[in-house]
Amino acid sequence: MYEITTKLQLSHSVALFKIKAPKIAQKRKAGQFIIIRINEYGERIPLTIVDSDTTEGTITIISQEVGKTTGMLGALEEGDHILDVVGPLGKPAEIKKVGTVVCIGGGIGTAPVYPIAKELRAAGNKIISIIGARSKNLLILESEMQSISDELFVATDDGSYGHHGFVTQVLERLIEEPVTINMVLAVGPLPMMNAVCNVTRPRKLHTMVSLNPVMVDGTGMCGACRVTIGGKNRFVCVDGPEFDGHEVDFEELLRRNRSYFTEEKMAMEELTYHEGPRCYERNI
Amino acid sequence: MTDKQRKNIPRQEMREQDPLERIANFHEVPYGYSEEQAVNEALRCLQCKDPKCVSGCPVNVNIPWFTKLVTEGRFVEAARKIKETNPLPAVCGRVCRQEDQCEKFCLRGKKGKPVSIGSLERFVADFERENEEVSIPEIPKWTGKKVAVVGSGPAGLTVADDLLKRGHKVTIFEALHVPGGVLMYGIPEFRLPKKIVEAEIEYLKKMGAEIELNSVIGKIDTIDGLFSDGYDAVFVGTGAGLPIFLNLPGENLVGIYSANEYLTRVNLMRAYRFPEYDTPVLRGRRVVVIGGGNTALDSARTARRLCPEEVTVVYRRSLEEMPARAEEVRHGGEEGVKFRFLTAPLRFIGDREGRLKAMEFVRMELSAPDESGRRRPLPIAGSEFQMDVDVAIVAIGNDVNPLIQNTTPDIETGRGGNIVVESDSGATRKAGVFAGGDIVRGGATVILAMGDGRRAAASIHRHIMKE
Repeated sequence: MYEITTKLQLSHSVALFKIKAPKIAQKRKAGQFIIIRINEYGERIPLTIVDSDTTEGTITIISQEVGKTTGMLGALEEGDHILDVVGPLGKPAEIKKVGTVVCIGGGIGTAPVYPIAKELRAAGNKIISIIGARSKNLLILESEMQSISDELFVATDDGSYGHHGFVTQVLERLIEEPVTINMVLAVGPLPMMNAVCNVTRPRKLHTMVSLNPVMVDGTGMCGACRVTIGGKNRFVCVDGPEFDGHEVDFEELLRRNRSYFTEEKMAMEELTYHEGPRCYERNI
Repeated sequence: MTDKQRKNIPRQEMREQDPLERIANFHEVPYGYSEEQAVNEALRCLQCKDPKCVSGCPVNVNIPWFTKLVTEGRFVEAARKIKETNPLPAVCGRVCRQEDQCEKFCLRGKKGKPVSIGSLERFVADFERENEEVSIPEIPKWTGKKVAVVGSGPAGLTVADDLLKRGHKVTIFEALHVPGGVLMYGIPEFRLPKKIVEAEIEYLKKMGAEIELNSVIGKIDTIDGLFSDGYDAVFVGTGAGLPIFLNLPGENLVGIYSANEYLTRVNLMRAYRFPEYDTPVLRGRRVVVIGGGNTALDSARTARRLCPEEVTVVYRRSLEEMPARAEEVRHGGEEGVKFRFLTAPLRFIGDREGRLKAMEFVRMELSAPDESGRRRPLPIAGSEFQMDVDVAIVAIGNDVNPLIQNTTPDIETGRGGNIVVESDSGATRKAGVFAGGDIVRGGATVILAMGDGRRAAASIHRHIMKE
């Protein structure tokens, strides 16, 4: 059992949790993730490790309520327990000094961007960050990103804050200014990462993305998370989650991520029926 | 009873759940022996002076001794006799390929049917457990030595059993949220009820085994890290859990599973009870399983229970070459699983949403035997055909899991990444590190993994006691 020591509501459907897991806190590196199972009936879901505190022995995760399991997680409070937490999983992000890195976080994707951007900064890179969300109240980690960025841009789809439009528009503006960019790191919804790659590909601008496929075990034993990278089959849980964005077959991944659309909806209805309207009502 | 009377007792057949009934549930198929059947079957044992069955068993269960106890109705003592060398009798009695092991060497099999050793082993283990007669053997005083066992599958559990009985402390590290390895995530409930595996693991815990779940060695810690933590030796039993795909066009369409994923979802995560349990699995209507081993049969029989219209096992060789247990093939057939032999897949065909809708196959013919002695299947030109399929399960084998080897470069690995060991001791090239089971052999069997565990435990004992 793993205790939730801190919970912070970041937006109406996004919460930050600190979970007591001293060994993981000590071992984890930027770019790695955990798999959790909330209770005995639960499924295993992957979540990025956003930060850790070795003194407290905690790891930080950020979760958005998008379905039954994240809905149940969102309903947990400080002092509650999560049944299983396994990690750190996946390859750590490659941290090198390359010069200027543009770090782009879309929605909840800012959570995986933050730890990597922080390490890239510590390695001596100049960090220009672009974080985006549908609207202002869905924006997360703004001050944290601010603290580790040389420059920070914000974009909202509805124009309620910062640039009115997409993160890709801010990126294009930067490229045209022109700012010398040595690398782009982009994490967010698949269409957003795909759009970023479409901007950087013709300019041969090295772009890393962090993928979020369906996972079961997270240790390389099943291949649920397989994606085509540069024409080859890769398991995101052991070969990733970070890959060269220009090699990713985004369309395939998007289709695979929708595999259980019907079942996911059914699970949500089940939750509504059994537990009454709680966390998920806000999401649907 | 005279010898003649003994010889006239027919082999006792287990009652089984009716095929039509059982495809609608996940309950165990064979019901097990009644007490009377067990005694009758045990009476068939000729009590050979030089029992060949014992050497046919990779952990050398004292078969004539325990069958003698069964004939006397001393079932609990019989179970304890087996447990002297086998900590998982209820498992082995169910999943071993006895026809290739103990029963293959049974003298009664020369003229007629061999003694049903597996069924007897299962009976006494079940009897002991169901009557709450399981008792913990006396454990010697702690030797002061600690051993880390990586992986809680059959190999690791056997190592733990042997070392605990020798007075060492044992900690088992398991990556998943339950111990048991393939016994929990791979073999389906209808063949091996999970309660039975849990009970046999509970027995090891009562003997003093510590089990650390959710611990992926290679990530949360390394082999070298374990030595720094004060372990005197390490056993690696991490198995062959890396699924092999066909590498055919369209293999990443929605609806195509590795057998590992399919069985993990259904067995470990209980997707067959979705939405009571949260993990979903695609049920499909027409399911194709590719492969011919036990994993293929387990997948096919599982699919059959998830209510599709048609489940077909596609195998590129013929029935004779199938590596699955004969009983599983029979059970599958009774349950309506169809078989297409001498057939190989060529590609997967998807619809507009990227979901599997059909597959293309080619007919095969067997040519001359290859170096393994098996006749090699070759495609027949022009015999291509298509079948409508909405769920496909790839069960063509596993590679070894590379997590440990990748983080422990001084462990020598062979072709395919399996760990190289001295065959009689299980010692790797790295001092104090031993290995056994599928990580050494590639995908093999439960009982071979247990045999490896037994041998490794003996050499670990010698190593740490400096004998």
